[in-house]
Amino acid sequence: MSPAVRRLINTVVSALTLLAAALVICPLLLIFGFLLYRGLSALNVDFFLHLPKPVGEPGGGVANAIVGSLIMIGMATAVALPVGILGGAYLAESRDRRLPWILRFVADVMNGVPSIVFGIFAYTVAVIPMRRFSAFAGALALGLIMIPIVLRTTEEMVRLVPNSLREAGLGLGIPQWKVNLRIVIPAARAGIITGAMVSLARIAGETAPLLFTALGNRFWHQGLDQPIAALPLQIYAYAIAPYDDWHRQAWAGALVLITLVFLASLAARVATRGRTIAR
Amino acid sequence: MGDGIYVKGLRAWFGDTLVLKGVDLTVAPNAVTAIIGPSGCGKSTFIRCLNRMHETVPGARVAGQVLLNSEDLYAPGVDPVQVRRRIGMVFQKPNPFPTMSVFDNVAAGLRLGGIRRKARLQEEVERALRHAALWDEVKDDLDKSGVSLSGGQQQRLCIARALAVDPQILLMDEPCSALDPIATARIEELIHDLKKELTIAIVTHNMQQAARVSEWTGFFLLGELVEFGVTKEMFTTPHDRRTEDYITGRFG
Amino acid sequence: MSAGAATGSGTVDRVSLRPRAIAGTHRGLGDRVYRAVMLASVGLVLLAAAGLVAALVWESREALRAFGPRFLLSSQWDPVAGEFGALPFVYGTLLSSLLALVIAVPLSLGAAIFLAELAPAWIRPPVAFLIEMLAAVPSVVYGLWGIFVLVPWLRDWVQPALGRTLGFLPLFQGPPYGIGMLAAGVILAIMIVPYITSVSREVLLAVPGSQREAALGLGATRWEATRIAVLRYGRSGLIGAVLLGLGRALGETMAVTMVIGNRPEIAISLFAPGYTMASVLANEFTEATSDLYVSALVEIGLLLLLVTVLVNGLARLLVWSVGGPTRGARE
Repeated sequence: MSPAVRRLINTVVSALTLLAAALVICPLLLIFGFLLYRGLSALNVDFFLHLPKPVGEPGGGVANAIVGSLIMIGMATAVALPVGILGGAYLAESRDRRLPWILRFVADVMNGVPSIVFGIFAYTVAVIPMRRFSAFAGALALGLIMIPIVLRTTEEMVRLVPNSLREAGLGLGIPQWKVNLRIVIPAARAGIITGAMVSLARIAGETAPLLFTALGNRFWHQGLDQPIAALPLQIYAYAIAPYDDWHRQAWAGALVLITLVFLASLAARVATRGRTIAR
Repeated sequence: MGDGIYVKGLRAWFGDTLVLKGVDLTVAPNAVTAIIGPSGCGKSTFIRCLNRMHETVPGARVAGQVLLNSEDLYAPGVDPVQVRRRIGMVFQKPNPFPTMSVFDNVAAGLRLGGIRRKARLQEEVERALRHAALWDEVKDDLDKSGVSLSGGQQQRLCIARALAVDPQILLMDEPCSALDPIATARIEELIHDLKKELTIAIVTHNMQQAARVSEWTGFFLLGELVEFGVTKEMFTTPHDRRTEDYITGRFG
Repeated sequence: MSAGAATGSGTVDRVSLRPRAIAGTHRGLGDRVYRAVMLASVGLVLLAAAGLVAALVWESREALRAFGPRFLLSSQWDPVAGEFGALPFVYGTLLSSLLALVIAVPLSLGAAIFLAELAPAWIRPPVAFLIEMLAAVPSVVYGLWGIFVLVPWLRDWVQPALGRTLGFLPLFQGPPYGIGMLAAGVILAIMIVPYITSVSREVLLAVPGSQREAALGLGATRWEATRIAVLRYGRSGLIGAVLLGLGRALGETMAVTMVIGNRPEIAISLFAPGYTMASVLANEFTEATSDLYVSALVEIGLLLLLVTVLVNGLARLLVWSVGGPTRGARE
């Protein structure tokens, strides 16, 4: 093959990879564009403050869905965050050989389990014994999805803390546990928080595990052991229904969700910029 | 009859930092030219400018002339790929391709150049391995992975790989710094043989090595070529005070 | 302990700063409590994972007992008659995922090579960020876009065109509904591309720079250096990245449910509607009237769990073989 042909191949392949990269980010722009185009008009104060109107009547909002989502996310986070952070810190600090490997593997595999399977688990563990759908069951499913994400991102962030910080603490005669808790983990604080935010944005958008745990509700929930609305559930219900007005609200809800996700991702990027911990 | 490199006013930058401050130097044909100096003096940068490897680092720039015989390698329109084909390089840490066998490693450059016929490849690979004094040790194991060899053998494999494409010049960037003394000695022996047919430039932080293998030596300090001359003379009667200080170990 | 006491009043304070005794302070109480709490968290996570499998096996026992291996081979899904065969769902899951891979893999690998090797430095961070964002878009949003944008486009433009040009192939026969296997495959492809791209990019970045340099030094063009040094070196990691994408596609629920048509039939044509394991769970779980029905659905869930665990486990091992176990934490 002559040098000229090889140069040509080089140029063609480079162009193809550029094309591939452009095609890859295309959908994001298309989706965001459509959400803005269709959804912005339906975003008004009513949307955020009112309950859904009866079938066929235009107007109304998704206030109960927003509140429901917040409640379940809050419950899930309350348990998943401490467990995930402690587990992640363990992975980053431990010098054992087998247990960390097992935990890491299990967490990564859990990350790949379809979220609907967690819904089934919550169904068997919470819905069947309680004989009803509930916010509690929904939160259980969401919490389980959240744990492995927080765990791995915490591990990554704690690992980034320079060893010199640990050694400085140990050199002063401070016990290991205090060094970890009061020096190392706070140093990784920014990264851990953004990891938590990213996982929060992720479960905020989850629909499948809520389909038969929280079930959804067109009104305010009557208690945490009762069915409860959630924003992604509402979007789904509106999307597959035959009413135009509901479709518009679905777009609006999706716009809200994707904005949340965008902000969380942006914050994560900014906080871990340069992959160093500012101290 | 051999090929030489003539460097005129070579300057090099990493981003905005000027790391080579105008170097004039000759790499004499069919001889070994050693480049010595303390860490950070620019010797690796210098040698990487000779085969246009320096510019593969994002933000790196070069100015000046590097002539291979009478052709300026930095003239507009010159394809760096072709430059690197004619000027081979051996790196500090042996870097054979781990997913390829010994044979495929040596043949890699040949295949890139379009040679596909089995018979021809086998011929050239054997020639290169003999040239690199490695043939007898690997001739029954040509299918083994490139990384299954010892450190010294891997470096000779890399030399064979570079020699296979029949370069006019061979650049060596501290080729022995990762090797034990015995492997080092074998490579120095190899250099003695190679220079009969090839022009070699070698960067080394080991002054005794420079004294052993080279005819010419250039001493670099802080991006400048401080002194250049016949090796024997430079090590016995250096002209520049700084050269003398380095050679006598006052810094280094 | 009494060393400083003799030298004057100021040293009494200093002595009290020192720990009482050196011997026997190897692991203090604080250390043990901390370690216990950590291990409790670790135990909780492992327990949850084990509980997941156990609960699914337990709840599907009725269906397991009733149908055995027939469950996977029968295409009879008849809740009224109490006959449950999962073949249509397995078929639908496999076909839609395969189609997604066919579309996604060339695009993802191309984009990853672009980002890791060939792109100028200033372009990399924004593009990498956009790809990360794509991975974070919720499934239901993709589904929404799928229903209102992708499906009409397929129905009005793509499918008629495919029918005209390639209609002699059984793959592209049948009325252009828009909704169906093709829509599911396309939307899955869009959803898994960011995963494959970002993991592939990390794999490529993990290849040592000296490999690229060796190839360049031989006189290779940038693409040739990428081909013989980087891609070969990272081969197993790239396969792992593709498997990760596959794992994701297998379990994807909402977007697929919204565009696949939800008909439990096995058809060759990509224009035909289909049904996946995840979709049947999403649609029918709340409508399952009998215990056997629920049990059959849970068994499908168990199947889905096992398949994705296998694929993901294998994928992780392959990715770790290139860069080490701490890579790829953020997916």
